[in-house]
Amino acid sequence: MAEWLDKVENVYFEGRIKVPYKWYVGEVGSRFLVALRDKKELWGTKCPKCNKVYVPPQKNCGECFVPADTWVQVKDTGTLESFTVVNYSHSMQPDKPPLMYGLIKLDGADGSMLHLIGGAAPKDLKVGMRVKAVFREKREGNILDISHFAPE
Amino acid sequence: MEKVAIVGVGQTTYERRKEDTFDELVFEAATKALADAGGEIGDIDNIVTVSNDFWDGRTISSMAVQDAAGSWDKDISTVEGDGTFGVLYGMMRALSGSFETTLVVSHIKGSEAVMNLITNAMFDPIFHRSLGVDATSSAALQARMYMEKVKATQEDVALVSVKNHKNAMNNPHAQLPMEIGVDDVMKSKMLADPLKLLDCSPISDGAAAVVLATEKGAKRFKKSPVWIKGVGHISDAYTLGYRDLANSRALDAAAKKAYKMAGVKNPLKDLDVVELYDAYSYMEPLWYEGLGIAKEGKGVELLKSGTTAMDGDLPVNPSGGVISAHPVLVAGMTRIVESVLQLRGEAEKRQVKGAKTALAHGINGACGQSHCVFVMGV
Repeated sequence: MAEWLDKVENVYFEGRIKVPYKWYVGEVGSRFLVALRDKKELWGTKCPKCNKVYVPPQKNCGECFVPADTWVQVKDTGTLESFTVVNYSHSMQPDKPPLMYGLIKLDGADGSMLHLIGGAAPKDLKVGMRVKAVFREKREGNILDISHFAPE
Repeated sequence: MEKVAIVGVGQTTYERRKEDTFDELVFEAATKALADAGGEIGDIDNIVTVSNDFWDGRTISSMAVQDAAGSWDKDISTVEGDGTFGVLYGMMRALSGSFETTLVVSHIKGSEAVMNLITNAMFDPIFHRSLGVDATSSAALQARMYMEKVKATQEDVALVSVKNHKNAMNNPHAQLPMEIGVDDVMKSKMLADPLKLLDCSPISDGAAAVVLATEKGAKRFKKSPVWIKGVGHISDAYTLGYRDLANSRALDAAAKKAYKMAGVKNPLKDLDVVELYDAYSYMEPLWYEGLGIAKEGKGVELLKSGTTAMDGDLPVNPSGGVISAHPVLVAGMTRIVESVLQLRGEAEKRQVKGAKTALAHGINGACGQSHCVFVMGV
């Protein structure tokens, strides 16, 4: 065996996968996003069995496994159920850290919606605080048409 | 009903940047498990690999490691998720009557990809992914919700990190054996409030493997079997906001199924050792409640009582747990491997004396969407 084969220089191969996707949002999700974009309105779907109102809407109630086929408008205000302040930075984040996230129980909805929190200092965030959606000026029909939720 | 046993276990050490390829990791774990069983690849009827395409950077990644898993001229199938679910699937293959012996292997090199980008991709692409949320930030939301509910302080949950990193000092496979105090956890860098660096599990590389056999299949091997006495696996809602993050009803239901099958009446009394999936410190007391070893809301109390310490009545994570080494996809299988070693009395310095019944737990999805519970005994 050649002598140089005994010594290993570790070699790394750098790869990067970039595969474009285009997801059909679905009829239910499309209605939700169009209302957000064109009317700054938040709509959910209601399960006829357990009466839960899902926002973002679901076509079916996962719990009851029946179509959640009634549309219900909910308020753009709600209560902060949990929050975090993220101090690290990665390319998938929509903004620079510190980034504040919240689980927001919208008035009229069940469960809560995950979104960004803004317009407040991290130290002022509290579970139970009231927040209100802040819409972007230029809206494109995606979840970031709500820029963030700010203290009411 | 036919019984299924674990007759062989193997694991690599878990490290931040292992100088092995995926194939080498899988081969090491698989050959160690076969040697441990006292058999060879010819004794295996079929193979299950546990893998994930995002982590491996290629599609149908399971097929890529099949040579290293010894599956030439054999049937191979895949589970994408935690290793416990791979073992569960292997067990089902045995119970189907089609195979008497199954080798389940799992591998990860977390160090070669970007954890935050990959865990961001587990979220719904339309409503959640663009917000930039990932495993750690979503766990932080769960941590706060749980800690508010049970009125736990950051110091309280830091005790998990202190306990498990210390336990890891007895485990030669662990990545982060450390003697630390609550102060060290509190002083470590705040990543996603309330989670600090030492509340979080590390990025790890490694692999594990188990050999499963029916009663008939077990005769092919020299090692005395450890029997799977009960198993339960339950999922909750995918969307974080549609789930009660502070109350793990999926784990509660999974554990009850496993206990019923295994004849466990009082888990705190009937179990001798538990290996659970503590990816973040707060998870351990939350999972205590799901496992029914603490009443709802009383997980932190159980932790503080010392019951789950190495010298307590029910040691939890003698290995150091997931917080001391987190090979994603492998970590649940590691809990099974560690439980088997405990039941055989081969856990060396981390051995729980006289362990007869062990529980191993795995999770899938963000914030423990899905749980898998194994109860094992000799």
